[in-house]
Order: sequence, then structure tokens, then C-alpha cells
Amino acid sequence: MEIKVNFISQEKLNGFSTDEKLEFILKEVEKGQILVLERGLKAEEQTKLIEMTMNDVNEKFTGIEMESYIEEKPTFLQKLLGKNSARMTIVGPAGTLKTIYKDKDVIQAVIVGKKK
Amino acid sequence: MGLFGKLSGWLSSIFGKKHVRIGIYGPPNAGKTTLANRIAMDWAGEIVGEVSEIPHETRKVQKKDRVVIRDGKASLTLDLIDTPGIATKIDYHDFLEFGIDEEDAKQRAKEATEGVIEAIKWLDNVDGVILLMDSTKNPFTQVNITIFGNLEARELPFIIAANKIDMNGSPATLQSAFPQHEVVPISALEGINMDLFYEAILKTFGKKGR
Repeated sequence: MEIKVNFISQEKLNGFSTDEKLEFILKEVEKGQILVLERGLKAEEQTKLIEMTMNDVNEKFTGIEMESYIEEKPTFLQKLLGKNSARMTIVGPAGTLKTIYKDKDVIQAVIVGKKK
Repeated sequence: MGLFGKLSGWLSSIFGKKHVRIGIYGPPNAGKTTLANRIAMDWAGEIVGEVSEIPHETRKVQKKDRVVIRDGKASLTLDLIDTPGIATKIDYHDFLEFGIDEEDAKQRAKEATEGVIEAIKWLDNVDGVILLMDSTKNPFTQVNITIFGNLEARELPFIIAANKIDMNGSPATLQSAFPQHEVVPISALEGINMDLFYEAILKTFGKKGR
């Protein structure tokens, strides 16, 4: 079975408000898509995404698998410029994307396809 | 902020806080309720809630107000908030493995999703957080990383407690994952290192200038 992985550029997500961005991500994931976000979600956005996911969890959609790296504390200059310090984020449906190993700098995940 | 609030904030910044609302956060089965019970038993002689090996046993926020922790002359009054475990996925099938029937498992899953939302909302209403991690597991779980990032972004004072050291946990691994923060190795169940933990509470949450 083919599984699509969408690599989403920073530019695409920059055009969205936070709510629009998270709604877009959740809608795609609920359709079964796996997304790799070039510029990752900030911790507050991840929390909001978990909240939105929990609202949508049911017997068929059991939630999301999300992986990102530990966010470095923003420097004074980054704070001043309002710069997003988040690194890449991978997000997909819990039943499809499974993390098998993770450390500070490595994320190993497998994509589980259903047999036809 | 009213005059009283301003005055109280000013006094806290000079003398340190005396009364704080502290949330216990972490993934399911990290031992949050066991820790809440340990703190409440040690200082107030009562438990906060029931514990179980089944994930998401705590599905509503549980509170224990006015727990006074003392160390010599120093004391701090805690309103303890024991929160449901935060998760990114909840599948009712996982509960069936514990012998729960399907109907109850579905209900439990529904309540667990509501619990996660409630726990997240409570982040807006706490003065500080005890981030409880299971030292027998990989510390780099997304839930740990997300909560940690939130606490940093909100600039909330927090303690990382590495629980379950009685079960051959590795607090050193946890410390290396979060090198810029002190990690307190504990066993909430066995009461190991609780003196160190209470010292950290007084130092972190009773701090001047917050």
C-alpha cells in the first residue's frame, strides 16, 4: 500500500494563523496523511494540537503521533525578533506513524501500511 | 490588579512566596497520583486519589488544598493539582488488555480525552509545575518534550522529578536529556529521596522575585 508523506515548507505555514495552521495539520492527519513540517511547531502549538486532537478522538481516529526535538530556549535576540526556534516536526495518524527510537538529535519512525 | 494584589506581589518578591498552586504534570502512568498521595500523606495525612496500573486512571483533575511543607524555619503552602496524564493518542482497545469490558473501555477512553484537555487548560492556572517523568522509560517522549517546552515558554518555575528509581530507573539518562535543569531522582511509591524533593520544592516555588 502506498502512503503519502507531505513535506510542508515554512512558507506555506507562514501564510496561516496559528488556528488555521493547526486545523490544516489535523485535517490532513485525519485523512491519513503524514506531514513533515520544515519549520516545526512551537511547544504552545503542539499543546493546542493535542487539545484539538483529543476533541476529535473517536473509535476510528485514535489520535496522532507527533515527534519533534527538544526546543532550545530562545535567545534574547530571537525573543526580540519574535523568531520561531522550533525545529522540524513530524506528525501523522497514531495507527500509521510509529516512533521506534528517539534521542536528542535522532528520530526513528516507521510507517505502517495496511495490507490491501 | 487591585491594590491588595499589587501589595501581595511586592511582598512576595521581597520575602518569597508562601502560598502557591502547583500542578503535577506528566504522561500517563508516570506516578502522578502516587506522588500527590505521598506529598499529601507526608504533610496532611490524607490521600488525593486512587492509583492503578491501568493508564488514565486519573481522568479528572484532583485537588488537595493547603498542604504545608516545612523545612526548619522555611514553610510553603501548596494547593496541589494532580492532573490526568497527557497523551497524543487514546485507543479504547488498549484498556481491553486490562480486562475492562468494551463498553467501559470506550467510556474510559472518552473520559481520558476530556482529562487531557482539562490538564492542558490548567496550565494557565498554576504558579509552578512538578514535571514527573518515568525514569525507567526513554525521556525523549513527545509528551515530555511538549510539556517541557511549554513550561520554558511560559517561564513557569518547575521541577523535573525522575520517578520509579526503585524499579531500576535511570535518572542519569533523564538528567542528560534535560541538562540545563536539576532532576530530582525519587520513588514516590517507596518514599525514596523525598527530603531532597521537598527541599527542591521550597527552593523552586518559594523563591523570591518570581
